[in-house]
Amino acid sequence: MKLLQNLFDSIKPHVEKGAKYEKLHTLYEGHRTIFFKPSLTTGPTGVQVKDAADLKRVMFTVIVALIPCLLFGMWNAGHQHFLATGVVNATFISKFLLGAGQVLPILIISYGVGLGVEFTFCVIRNHPIEEGFLVTGILIPLVMPVTIPLWQVAMATIFGVIIAKEVFGGTGMNILNVALTSRVFLYFAYPSQISGDMVWIYLGDQVPVDGFSGATLLSYGSAAAANGTDMMAGLSGHWYGGMFDFWNLFLGAIPGSIGETSVLMCLIGAAILVFTGVGSWKIILSVFGGAWVMGLIYNLAGTNSFMLMPAHYHLVVGGLAFGAVFMATDPVSAAQTEIGKWIYGFMIGVLTVIIRISNPAYPEGIMLAILFMNVFAPLIDYYVVEAHKKRRLKRATI
Amino acid sequence: MPQTFYLKKGFNIPLVGSALLEQHEISQPDSFAVKPSDFKGLVRPKLLVSVGENVKAGDPLFFDKGSEEVLFVAPVSGEISDIIRGERRKIVEIRILADKEIVHKAFKKHTKTQINNLTRAETIAALTAGGIWPSFIQRPFGVLANPSDEPSAIYISAFDSNPCAPDMAYLLRGKEGVFQLGIAILRKLAKGNIHVNLDASEIPSVFSGLEQVNINKFSGPHPAGNVGVQIHHIKPIGKNDKVWTIDPLSVARIGTLFMEGIYDASKLIAITGSEIIHPHYVKTYSGACLDKLVADNFKKTNARFISGNVLSGEHVGVRGYLGHFHNQIAVIPEGDEEEFLGWMLPSFEKLSFHKAFGLFSFLIPKKEKVLDTNTNGEQRNFTISGAFEKILPMDILPTYLFKSIISNDYDEMEALGIYEVIEEDVALCEYIDVSKNDIQAIVREGIELIRNS
Repeated sequence: MKLLQNLFDSIKPHVEKGAKYEKLHTLYEGHRTIFFKPSLTTGPTGVQVKDAADLKRVMFTVIVALIPCLLFGMWNAGHQHFLATGVVNATFISKFLLGAGQVLPILIISYGVGLGVEFTFCVIRNHPIEEGFLVTGILIPLVMPVTIPLWQVAMATIFGVIIAKEVFGGTGMNILNVALTSRVFLYFAYPSQISGDMVWIYLGDQVPVDGFSGATLLSYGSAAAANGTDMMAGLSGHWYGGMFDFWNLFLGAIPGSIGETSVLMCLIGAAILVFTGVGSWKIILSVFGGAWVMGLIYNLAGTNSFMLMPAHYHLVVGGLAFGAVFMATDPVSAAQTEIGKWIYGFMIGVLTVIIRISNPAYPEGIMLAILFMNVFAPLIDYYVVEAHKKRRLKRATI
Repeated sequence: MPQTFYLKKGFNIPLVGSALLEQHEISQPDSFAVKPSDFKGLVRPKLLVSVGENVKAGDPLFFDKGSEEVLFVAPVSGEISDIIRGERRKIVEIRILADKEIVHKAFKKHTKTQINNLTRAETIAALTAGGIWPSFIQRPFGVLANPSDEPSAIYISAFDSNPCAPDMAYLLRGKEGVFQLGIAILRKLAKGNIHVNLDASEIPSVFSGLEQVNINKFSGPHPAGNVGVQIHHIKPIGKNDKVWTIDPLSVARIGTLFMEGIYDASKLIAITGSEIIHPHYVKTYSGACLDKLVADNFKKTNARFISGNVLSGEHVGVRGYLGHFHNQIAVIPEGDEEEFLGWMLPSFEKLSFHKAFGLFSFLIPKKEKVLDTNTNGEQRNFTISGAFEKILPMDILPTYLFKSIISNDYDEMEALGIYEVIEEDVALCEYIDVSKNDIQAIVREGIELIRNS
């Protein structure tokens, strides 16, 4: 440790105020604080001791919660590949390694490019390196299809970090969720690589099995609604039997974005976030609640087989669980009042299902629903705070 | 029938080094000081003494231009040794080289009947001349009370819930009589009730036979002992209300002033903290220099000497002076060293209100911890939500209040409750803030903005 400290100490004179590389000071501090908790102490007045938790540790907690999704996503990428190419006896290890080979480059690009943008802004604007991107950098790959071109990952990351975060003043000031802004950028700029039936499964140069379709359950649904066919009957005739059984959907061995498919892994992440107090259980629960209630309403009003899909299917398909647990709970872009969190989450759930079923252009709705509610979160909070102020005023005048 | 308030929100900081209930004899410090900065809301202190003058205990040292009749008096007799000034010649400390035997200025002694017959004006005159007045604090704002106001109530918190806090009943041992007398005198000042707020778990004998007061009991973790939190639950104050608060020791001093005709600045101090070898109580006077109080009773480490508790006290150094309102010294290690991967490695020893990854202190919540002065991270924008709301036992949205102060929004500050809080009430918010903002300073800034608007 002493060695590392000495190394940093030897660099220090070159980046201090007045030195040749003083502009790089924030970069120096940022890197030093990754290795060493800084030696800052409390001031002469105010609290003399401070809590052991800081933003770095909070963000690290989210990364820990995301690891199950990441590992499962790697395995599933390999698993889907071997299913599609008809290799029935592929081992767990070979599936995982093949998937990791596809996912890791995306992860590396996301972190590399994102941190590059972050560092550039820190140097230009002379603000400390903030921890927000540590989480964003892993979220971006998890919401991409495994076949996404790497240059698009880089573009999306740059767009997200600059437009969604830095222009607002950095972590803590952003209005939109950064990772979802990256995804929505690709969704509208390069739709053919991030939507449709052919992007979710990595085939490589191999030929898929007969009858293969890479469609997700949601695209089956919107196709059935458009053609007037029976969706659930169509599912049972899937080329790979049992693919869209409820429990397989729950476990997540299905096509989809890298990290979003497994509800089980999302729930493990949710347990970590809720237990550590980092993510709001109110938001997570109300997103699921909102989606389920809206699903039921469609069931009642159902005019086609997609609307009649059992409401609980909405909870296990697409990115709902991933969005509810990791995206909607982003404390900066979510509602911040406790009552506001219920409303915010519930509306995300409701909007997700509306977009899924009633808008044939976008088979998955959670991304747009969260971004939409990000924009509305300050408004929700505004009314909650106004009500609070009214109550306070009433109490004071008794 | 006393009303009991059960507070759920809050957090007790289990700090190593609570004082045992024993009093140790020490050789008294030579040097004492009165610090105008201990009193909030002063306009401009004006000196009444100069270096080299001799004073008795109770002789006035300075007054404030804002209310000239309120005198700030010497806690001990001796010679004015130094007047320390800061920026723009602001008075920082008035130091007194103490006599070996304290000589008291003689104020008028009163019999019980004389006290009963005192008018409000006579009482206030005696209190302001006798040096007790600066202990009256006005809410809202937590500033020096104005003698020309008539408060709707006076609140006394009779317990301290801060980390390693002194036992209030122990501090008042043997002062039951003067305490009750002080209460009787307080009754002449307020329109409404005198509220004495007790810890619901135990009622010490010093407070058990009190008359002419309204007893309230509070149960729950810190900050249940903060008088601001108590007022919020008993009868919240608004823009046009004025109430006063006073600490129990000053109430006893009022009794002594009227009965014996002296300003008795003696007090027991709890010597606490993990760097103290024998945490116990010592007897001294207000404004004592810390050096003799801790003497050799601390570990020879890189330690910080705090007058008051670790949440709202002041880092004064071993040669610094005890604050007027402080009944406690806390000595804790400095945390001015880097720690390899300190932000990430798991630990049972690091105390946290949060349960973020690797912080396992919640598994052993009662175990006392050694806390140092490291900030445990760098300052950031407010990022996470909902934590302050979990720790402040008041019907206030703390995050929104702090943000309204930062953006200088007067209407929002008013509506969100700036009148109900002072620094100590939000000290826990500052402690738990993962973004490491100086919340107590932010709140004081907000209070000053509103006061001067």
